[in-house]
Amino acid sequence: MKRTLAVLIENKPGALARIVGLFHQRGYNIDSLNVAPVFDESYSRMTVTTQGNENVVEQITKQINKLIDVIKVSDLTEGSHHEVEYVLLKISTKQFNQTFKRKLKYFEHHIIEQDNSIVVLGVMGNSASIDDFLKSLNKKSLIELSRSGCIGMHKSEKHLTI
Amino acid sequence: MKFSGGDLLMRALREEGVKYIFGYPGGAALHIYDALFKQKHIEHILVRHEQGATHAADGYARSTGKAGVVLVTSGPGATNAITGLATAFMDSVPLVVISGQVQSHLIGTDSFQETDMIGISRPIVKHSYIINKAEDIPKVVQEAFYIATTGRPGPVVIDIPKDMTDPNLKFEYKKPKSINIRSYKPKIDPHPGQIKKAARALLSSERPVIYAGGGVVLGNASKELIALNKLVKVPVTNTLMGLGSYPPKDKLFLGMLGMHGTYEANMAMHNADLILAIGARFDDRITNTPALFAPNAKVVHIDVDPASISKIINADIPIVGQVKESVLALIKEIKKSKIKIDSEALDQWMSQIYEWKRLHGLNHDLWKHVRKNQKILPQVVVQELYHATNGDAWITSDVGQHQMFVAQYYKFNKPRRWVNSGGLGTMGFGLPAAMGVKLAFPKDEVVCVTGEGSIQMCIQELSTCLQYGLPIKIVNINNEALGMVKQWQDMIYNKRHSASTYQNSLPDFVRLAEAYGHIGFKVTKQEDLSKVFKKAFSLKNRLVFIDVYVDPSEHVYPMLVAPNGSMKDMWVAKDKKA
Ligand SMILES: Cc1ncc(C[n+]2csc(CCOP(=O)(O)OP(=O)(O)O)c2C)c(N)n1
Ligand SMILES: [Mg+2]
Repeated sequence: MKRTLAVLIENKPGALARIVGLFHQRGYNIDSLNVAPVFDESYSRMTVTTQGNENVVEQITKQINKLIDVIKVSDLTEGSHHEVEYVLLKISTKQFNQTFKRKLKYFEHHIIEQDNSIVVLGVMGNSASIDDFLKSLNKKSLIELSRSGCIGMHKSEKHLTI
Repeated sequence: MKFSGGDLLMRALREEGVKYIFGYPGGAALHIYDALFKQKHIEHILVRHEQGATHAADGYARSTGKAGVVLVTSGPGATNAITGLATAFMDSVPLVVISGQVQSHLIGTDSFQETDMIGISRPIVKHSYIINKAEDIPKVVQEAFYIATTGRPGPVVIDIPKDMTDPNLKFEYKKPKSINIRSYKPKIDPHPGQIKKAARALLSSERPVIYAGGGVVLGNASKELIALNKLVKVPVTNTLMGLGSYPPKDKLFLGMLGMHGTYEANMAMHNADLILAIGARFDDRITNTPALFAPNAKVVHIDVDPASISKIINADIPIVGQVKESVLALIKEIKKSKIKIDSEALDQWMSQIYEWKRLHGLNHDLWKHVRKNQKILPQVVVQELYHATNGDAWITSDVGQHQMFVAQYYKFNKPRRWVNSGGLGTMGFGLPAAMGVKLAFPKDEVVCVTGEGSIQMCIQELSTCLQYGLPIKIVNINNEALGMVKQWQDMIYNKRHSASTYQNSLPDFVRLAEAYGHIGFKVTKQEDLSKVFKKAFSLKNRLVFIDVYVDPSEHVYPMLVAPNGSMKDMWVAKDKKA
């Protein structure tokens, strides 16, 4: 089962390596990872997606929590939450045809760059539908692809703050 | 007044109450060594290998409960400290390991003696720091000691690039009045609701067992454990790391459990209807196959580390908290409770346990029977040692059969007196650890019980013992083989002794001890053992190496049957399963 964890972690050198190292050390996989400083930049917010049953995720959460640099961890999947991912796509202008545009229209997107040969698009959506969208495309039509990894947040009144 | 980074470090260490630093110098640490030379509050113990420094600091820490301090240089100095770090990490021992590092501007350039110490030690430390501003040194040292010694203790590394201790750059000594790490709040009070549930479960049980681990020792909660059991009077078993936390002579004590635990302890665990785990972590050397573990038991688990709870065995009643506070809370709750434990059921349970003990319990009287013209039994060596020291010595050990024999037969009656590498199982630990203990308790008897395999892994420390006058006693249970390996090969590999014997290449340990300036005795007959021990312990100011040749065919029993066995499946003797 896919799980999405949100982590608040001190913005210190090596802190990220501790998290990534922990996953490896304990035999867990990271499917996607997103991290950037937030608010006063003294700490970062991280979203990690991984696989596992409840017990595994409970262990992961506890082990992450044990790291001295970690301020808080929360398993977003436990309750209702928002998840979104941003993708940069580079395709040839020729491929930017009606079929392509039809698939695109289910997503929030915008054209970042366009000329006679190249189109760069920004596409936003939840990770699962982005997976489907990308799968439906002709591999050869994609020149470059960059995904932000999932970022997430609890819904409405539940907050993850320090 | 202003100080160099090295002086800042020395002052910060002194303010943490540090008496000894175990270390070894080298280029990147030389500024620090110069600062060390210029002060007189902290004594440096020059080991002969950095592994020895980490184990010595570890022995100091385990015996005193204070953090042990290590100082090594960059590169090979740092990598040599890794085994000791991992050893301390696995057994939750507070260490502060300071490693010199190449100058900041050289980091990442593959410069001479550069290793990424933070990187290679990351999975085996509780936390680590690299200094990038010299004026941070006092604060970092203060935090490092706090982190190492609180919560679930563990080792902390401080990596110091050489330019941070440049004697020409001076700074003010500044550190915060109190420690406040927003991401680390180790003091957790046990949840009152959970305590209530635990008390109810314990008092309503009919076949309870208290399974007490190293957390009771680390958390200084031995007294509380004893007080708890004065109230409920249920059987108690200790893990390898918990030995000494409960009085061995108490009728309710079942000895050690697990891989080489007593028959009655393992049977009691398997058949229990309630297991109260205190500061223990359900290690695979305890549970055997987790799916077959104690099928009818409700599990109450007290631990300071939430990640230890329900990691291997699901806890029905988890209690996160310091062991001492949690046990005290439990005592209070039990005193308040109206539920009376069913003493009839308990009596029945105890007689069942005594029956198991009668069937396959350990024989603590082997030493009384002299086997003439036969090789000495290794168990007898431990029993004789127990009597020669009135059961009151600090015992360190290495890893192997000898370690298990000590755990089984030396009836530790005080916490912390038993110093061994349980989690990592590090051969080479015993001798340097004994040095640390002896420095901490110079007036007490400190004995390293080792094997001829293990002792050769840190034998160089005999030289350190001479330099600092550390009159420890070494009992080498010499079975002329990597006995524990050989035992497995006997039992599982149809006696194919692959690389577990030395083909007459063992050194003459007596002459080796003498070459290092110490005294050596060789014992081959059981009737000489007590005399030699007596003589050795009368040589108060000398290190004595006692090389005891024992029966090499002896195995450690009981032994849990693996794989796919439960705790009730044991070998109780060669070719005898119970
Ligand atoms: C550093 C290290 N290497 C290998 C092992 C694996 N090992 C466990 S016990 C053992 C044999 C130890 O021999 P010895 O010290 O003579 O003790 P004995 O079992 O004979 O009492 C070995 C090799 C280990 N625990 N530690
Ligand atoms: Mg041996």
